Amino acid sequence: MNGPHDLGGQMGFGAVAPEPDEPYFHADWEKRALGLTLCSGALHKWNIDESRHARESLPPATYYAASYYEIWIRALETLLVRHNVITPDELASGRADEGPVATPPLKADRVPAMLARGGPCDRPVATAPRFAVGQRVRARNIHPEHHTRLPRYVRNHVGVIESARGGFVFPDANAHGQGEAPQHLYTVVFSARDLWGDDADPTLSVSIDAWESYLEPA
Amino acid sequence: MAHYHSHDDDHPDNEFDPMTARVKALETILVSKGLVDPAAIDAIVDTYETKVGPRNGARVVAKAWTDPAYADWLKRDATAAIASLGYTGRQGEHMHAVFNTPETHNLVVCTLCSCYPWSVLGLPPVWYKSPPYRSRAVIDPRGVLAEFGVQLPSTTNIRVWDSTAELRYLVIPQRPAGTEALTEDQLAALVTRDAMIGTGLARVAP
Repeated sequence: MNGPHDLGGQMGFGAVAPEPDEPYFHADWEKRALGLTLCSGALHKWNIDESRHARESLPPATYYAASYYEIWIRALETLLVRHNVITPDELASGRADEGPVATPPLKADRVPAMLARGGPCDRPVATAPRFAVGQRVRARNIHPEHHTRLPRYVRNHVGVIESARGGFVFPDANAHGQGEAPQHLYTVVFSARDLWGDDADPTLSVSIDAWESYLEPA
Repeated sequence: MAHYHSHDDDHPDNEFDPMTARVKALETILVSKGLVDPAAIDAIVDTYETKVGPRNGARVVAKAWTDPAYADWLKRDATAAIASLGYTGRQGEHMHAVFNTPETHNLVVCTLCSCYPWSVLGLPPVWYKSPPYRSRAVIDPRGVLAEFGVQLPSTTNIRVWDSTAELRYLVIPQRPAGTEALTEDQLAALVTRDAMIGTGLARVAP
């Protein structure tokens, strides 16, 4: 979707503000927000692609006014209600309507192993790769309303396949309960002049990692 | 993005600022229902406050600087080479190391969200997740670098890696001159988090 998250090349947000000796968290609630997000993920009601889509589906004014952990919490509330883990009434009241209904799937003693394992998302793909390293490809000019990881700033631009990365879970399908539908993934490099015009920095090139269906031969 | 500051002084003791109240309510619901173990939250926070952070990545860089066979492995299979030092897992499942050279400087961004190599750098800083960096890194990286105090020669090629999939990029900065006699530990101390994102360079030798 052409949401507020798709920021590449946007203007007007001002200077980057590096913070010397930045703390890991700026408030205690951010710690709980991180932990709640990961613990709730361990319920296995949704996947990382659906959770990214919940974040980018926040109204633009909300998205831009929120810190990143606030974006996470707002999206987490959406996901928990959508999957009937909690009710809208519980969310509104801040109280559970029922006592323990389960045992937490992620106990503290399992956290190190869970984090150390992660969630690899490379998958075998039965078909041969459509594109070869060195080939010129065009990022398709598509504007789906669903989740996609093809940023707007490369759409309809021509780049070169730099690497074929093997098969990976396809987020556009996986975010919407349509299965992992893995596709070949490629690193595609664009020159800044192709992306941004003749005034662009001639020393600059930008790459994205693109699933096969994002691309067509150029 | 909003800037956070404590509201503790503005309220009586029994009131919370809105985000504290909101997150506390959500935690209360999930714990009451038996869905979340609050000690697991503590363990996650402890992991990223004390165990998994940019010192991991600095060890990888220092080893790559001193051990050509390791650097070669890192180029070919970064996930395995990094795992051999004990750094694996969440948001580092598919690692790719990109090496700065005198000709090319690498810079990593996630324009669409906040993808970042947690296993070697820990949690991303706020600026990495915020619109100014995410919007400008791909169109004006020299302007962004200037805001970090980094000025590259005008002839240096800049390559920006937009982390749009599940590959996570670690920049291997150039080894500073005059560091031939330093140990791996001393070298690791020169490797800043920003140098491994590409918004900084390795520190000069002491």
